[in-house]
Amino acid sequence: MAKDFALSCPIPISEYPQILLAHGGGGMLMHQLIEKVFGAAFANEYLNERHDGAIISIRRAAGGGTMHGPGEAWLAFTTDSYVVRPLFFPGGDIGKLAVYGTVNDLAMCGARPLFLSAGFILEEGLPIETLWRIVQSMREAAQTAHVQIVTGDTKVVDKGKGDGIFINTSGIGIIEHNFVISPKSVRPGDCILLNGDVGRHGIAIMAVREGLSFESEIESDCAPLASIVMKLIEEQIELHCLRDLTRGGLASALNEIARAAGVSISIDESAVPVREDVQGACEILGLDPLYVANEGRFIAFVAPKDAERALRILKDFSQDAALIGRVLEQPAGIVTLRSRIGAQRILDMLSGEQLPRIC
Amino acid sequence: MRFIDEYRDAKLAQHYARLIAQIVTRPWTIMEVCGGQTHSIIKFGIDELLPKEITLVHGPGCPVCVTPIEIIDKAIEIASRPNVIFCSFGDMLRVPGSKTDLLFVKAQGGDVRIVYSPLDALKLAKENPDREVVFFAVGFETTAPANAMAVHQAYLQNVKNFSLLVSHVLVPPAMEAILSSPHNRVQGFLAAGHVCTVMGYTEYEPIAKKYKVPIVVTGFEPLDILQGIYMCVKQLEEGRYDVENQYTRSVRREGNIKAQELIREVFRVVPRKWRGIGEIPHSGLGLTEKYKEFDAESKFGLTDRSIEESSECIAGLVLQGVKKPHECPAFGTRCTPEHPLGAPMVSSEGACAAYYRYRRASKDG
Repeated sequence: MAKDFALSCPIPISEYPQILLAHGGGGMLMHQLIEKVFGAAFANEYLNERHDGAIISIRRAAGGGTMHGPGEAWLAFTTDSYVVRPLFFPGGDIGKLAVYGTVNDLAMCGARPLFLSAGFILEEGLPIETLWRIVQSMREAAQTAHVQIVTGDTKVVDKGKGDGIFINTSGIGIIEHNFVISPKSVRPGDCILLNGDVGRHGIAIMAVREGLSFESEIESDCAPLASIVMKLIEEQIELHCLRDLTRGGLASALNEIARAAGVSISIDESAVPVREDVQGACEILGLDPLYVANEGRFIAFVAPKDAERALRILKDFSQDAALIGRVLEQPAGIVTLRSRIGAQRILDMLSGEQLPRIC
Repeated sequence: MRFIDEYRDAKLAQHYARLIAQIVTRPWTIMEVCGGQTHSIIKFGIDELLPKEITLVHGPGCPVCVTPIEIIDKAIEIASRPNVIFCSFGDMLRVPGSKTDLLFVKAQGGDVRIVYSPLDALKLAKENPDREVVFFAVGFETTAPANAMAVHQAYLQNVKNFSLLVSHVLVPPAMEAILSSPHNRVQGFLAAGHVCTVMGYTEYEPIAKKYKVPIVVTGFEPLDILQGIYMCVKQLEEGRYDVENQYTRSVRREGNIKAQELIREVFRVVPRKWRGIGEIPHSGLGLTEKYKEFDAESKFGLTDRSIEESSECIAGLVLQGVKKPHECPAFGTRCTPEHPLGAPMVSSEGACAAYYRYRRASKDG
């Protein structure tokens, strides 16, 4: 027993030559994929902004523009695809997600959403009744979010080549104000506001998918965000940046912005609202709610003078809205978190998907 | 939330840190055995609250980290077969074998599934009688009872298409191996609370006596760990070396007798290779003769072979508490969670991954 042990470790697996699920997980691998493949191939001034959508200027034939002088209108344009399984889950379904997800991406550009397209990839064998339920749900969601679905496309693939139904939606919204809402507008001193509790959507999906049951049913937070954003703009809150918290959760969104803006972000863990049942599920599964997906949550970077007023507006929509942190100058590109017991640590971007741990 | 927030109270945590500072008179090195404790320490920044005299080193209690590369390769080989549903806990999927990992097998079309319990794998076997369902049974004494139960149920229900790829390890022999190594610098242990929930702590009493080290059975929340450190430092300062139980809300001296009976029914003690450390006698569990038909290694005719690992990774030194993760030249450069050189960079319980995630900016961790 007193002998010394051989100390060795595995051969490196330097690169992944194929796409892994984690490339779509919202973490570091997806970030690399976007930078190295899509960003590199399609580089242009709009895409290089790395925003939730592109903000484009349209010359008008005659007057009526709202920004940068007459004759010019500013539009936000975005797209997203939806591949969620199960198709129906507590608090929502793929159709509702497909409408709200794209509406929210437009709202994060500070735009009022107007028109959506909807592309359907259907798998042979999908019950028409299922499709009908999804389409009805999309119709209701579009009404709630005040958008119209104005064009679409349908393709059918062989059985086994799809997961029932995949939906792509693209959206156009109009920008009716003079704020430049982008990571590049973020300044040291900005206050970071969150519009409600985090982690519900991811846990709701996981509970259904993996057959986990908790004492109470956890419902997705899936909701349209445009009306909240429009209210902030209407009240002349000085908004610097908005970001919805989808895959990768709050932690990934904060990291993306810290990097894009070249600033440091400091948040207080105990200020981030997490519902008790979500916290409990995360404790059991070994997940961190700060990395769990949401579908109706966003963070707003607001000039400090307007923070209190902005928080009051957010609280009108959800009592859980909170001021969770501030923007600092240094260390650039890094998000730090003050832990519950008062120590500082890094809040990193996740490398792939969060994997439930062994024990 | 109740039973969580109480153990993460900032004021109480700082109070305990002050108590530790009051009793400490000289430097002590304490090892937390379990990867879950390592994760808590780094995630909550517990070590930052401690006086400079206390050095925490991180132990081998990360099941993902110590599963030998030969077993990972066997898992990959089984999972790649067409008629197999290979079930595993989530964090094993990214652990590098000698050439690839299970996530890659999945990307190539292998039926690799994350399950939350071995009983879910057994259920899959019953639902898919024409396919072979294999569960990757890794972990310490904590996961052994559930794995034993799955096999026992399969035996009782005569489920023939279910098997386990077993790589179970035991804590006390690893502690002895660390204490008897010439590199050892550990003067006191925080024993793993959940392992002791199952096994109790009588096994640790002869170790404490033989090596004259205090051992404190400790939980996983910040206040548990701080209290465990306090109890351990107190013993060190007083020159005592007893086994004490901090985690009384979960652990009894005799442990969970029913769970232990089940483990003994299904498993026997075997020698086991630990990744990065080497073979430790009597440190693993394998299936007993009665349950041999559920052994995936023999079912799939896999033979033993030894695989040389690269010498660049210092996982072995990290797992024995000799080095800290950021003392490795590859840390954060050639070795990252996206491209791990060694298993401790993979699991959330791995010390290297915890340092990478929470400590990267400051290299003085």
